[in-house]
Amino acid sequence: MSTPTNSMRPSPQTVLRGPRARRLFRISAGGRDRIISIVSPLLLLVVWEVCVRTGLLDARFFPAPSRVFSTLVSTVQSGILWTHTWASLQRLFWGLLLGGIPALALGLAMGLYRPLRAVFDPIIAATYPVPKSAILPLILLIFGLGEASKIVMVAIGVFYPVCINAVAGVLEINKIYLDVGKNFQAGRWQMFRTIALPGALPIVMSGIKLGVGMGLILIAIAEMVGAKSGLGYMIWNAWEILAVEMMYVGLLVIAVLGFVFTLILNELERWIIPWKIDR
Amino acid sequence: MNKIASSSASRVAAVDAKIRIRNLTKQFHTKNGSFTAVDNISLDIAPGTFFMIVGPSGCGKTTLLRIMANLETPSSGTIEITQTDHTKPSNSMIFQGESIFPWMTVWDNAAYGLHMRKVPDAQIKEIVGHYLDRTGLTHFARAYPHQLSGGMKQRVSIARAFANDPEILLMDEPFSALDEQNKTLLQEELLRIWDETKKTVLFITHSVDEAVTLGDRIMIMTAQPGRTKAMIDVPFTRPRSVLELRHQPEYGELVYRIWGYLREEVQAAKARDEAKQVQR
Repeated sequence: MSTPTNSMRPSPQTVLRGPRARRLFRISAGGRDRIISIVSPLLLLVVWEVCVRTGLLDARFFPAPSRVFSTLVSTVQSGILWTHTWASLQRLFWGLLLGGIPALALGLAMGLYRPLRAVFDPIIAATYPVPKSAILPLILLIFGLGEASKIVMVAIGVFYPVCINAVAGVLEINKIYLDVGKNFQAGRWQMFRTIALPGALPIVMSGIKLGVGMGLILIAIAEMVGAKSGLGYMIWNAWEILAVEMMYVGLLVIAVLGFVFTLILNELERWIIPWKIDR
Repeated sequence: MNKIASSSASRVAAVDAKIRIRNLTKQFHTKNGSFTAVDNISLDIAPGTFFMIVGPSGCGKTTLLRIMANLETPSSGTIEITQTDHTKPSNSMIFQGESIFPWMTVWDNAAYGLHMRKVPDAQIKEIVGHYLDRTGLTHFARAYPHQLSGGMKQRVSIARAFANDPEILLMDEPFSALDEQNKTLLQEELLRIWDETKKTVLFITHSVDEAVTLGDRIMIMTAQPGRTKAMIDVPFTRPRSVLELRHQPEYGELVYRIWGYLREEVQAAKARDEAKQVQR
């Protein structure tokens, strides 16, 4: 900031009033924001704890963070938490594959071929607004109470955002790239592999992120109704036996999962889209 | 890829023309009626000619080039490109604006045509290496386009077209988005690279300076519908230095002469655009 000619021999006034003097007492805006974003949730927990202990908050509905934490520790030690988390993670994983892969294939193909778009666009537009939770009874009816119904629920949730974004991703590709492909004699498969897929990838990735979020919501709902394991079941069961701390543990784990998934997907994005400009 | 002419009309045609265009017409049909972009153009281009087409904006010169590149189909007429080697692609285009793939490195972009044609890897390595060297991009082979300046991106586009080793090269105002200094540099580089192989080039531009600097022959097109207005031979010898060339008095005279032809066409195009504005 300071020009070298000025900083060579600063007069006393400039040391006090100049930008350098002020900077001594300041940290960068980014650093300050980071500190605030760590401190503020911690502060909320402290306020919460204090409010419960002083009786300002009803401990039956809002158990103190310290009690939730001790429940967390005991469920980890007994292995219960891990069993439920693992069950949910497995369903999420298979649901992601089952919904994501066909969605990607169909979406890219729809983006590339107008007739396919004409066929599937109205179907997707009509079924997309149906709340996924409302289809749960139907899914239970068709796929039973076993693993399949949960995996299918996740798959349905993942399917829409991935498919819709894949279509948009291909349509967003600058037409000039398709001209280049044609001019350089790319065949159908080569057009798909070298232009449609990589060109759509940035928008597809945001579809996958949305899909994973949707999958997390739906797995919790599906497990509440027809399951004997999983985080959704754990939360529902805790409500039935009024183990409120246990409920909070379940919510906490789901929140942490969502956060970790975001981190993983961001990392994945950096890895598979190295040309993305904002890095 | 190219349409083989049933060339009954080729009575004037030189037998050894590299590109033979006969009665080429292209009409577009839109909601606001149909218009003729290219109107009955016939043209012979000898092998090794750097052929320039100059015309006002909207005169159909890009349409003509896109038909040559097989990206549009003509309404009537034929195009014939003499194929000396059937393993080679008939044409490669250097596009206007940004046309290199942002998701590929400089190397993969330059190698694109060769990859599509499934040329053996060793050969790709040699050819692409050569053209990256000629365009000064060797050190940027692994860079992605967003790390490059506008001029360098257009160099990649040049390398991609030359590396593909086509029968003819098509260039659609490749330097129009560049600033004056970069444009001059790239024109010089293009001439240097072209001198190695002397492929037949069809280059369209709206810049009279560019046409005189680069071309062997210049076709001036009328405003819509695009017809041939005049054909001018450029007398300058090769290899050319852009700056030396512009220093010569003959250069200025030629530019002046071409402007004479072009002026009324530009005015006609302008009047047409203004009439459209009024209609809206």
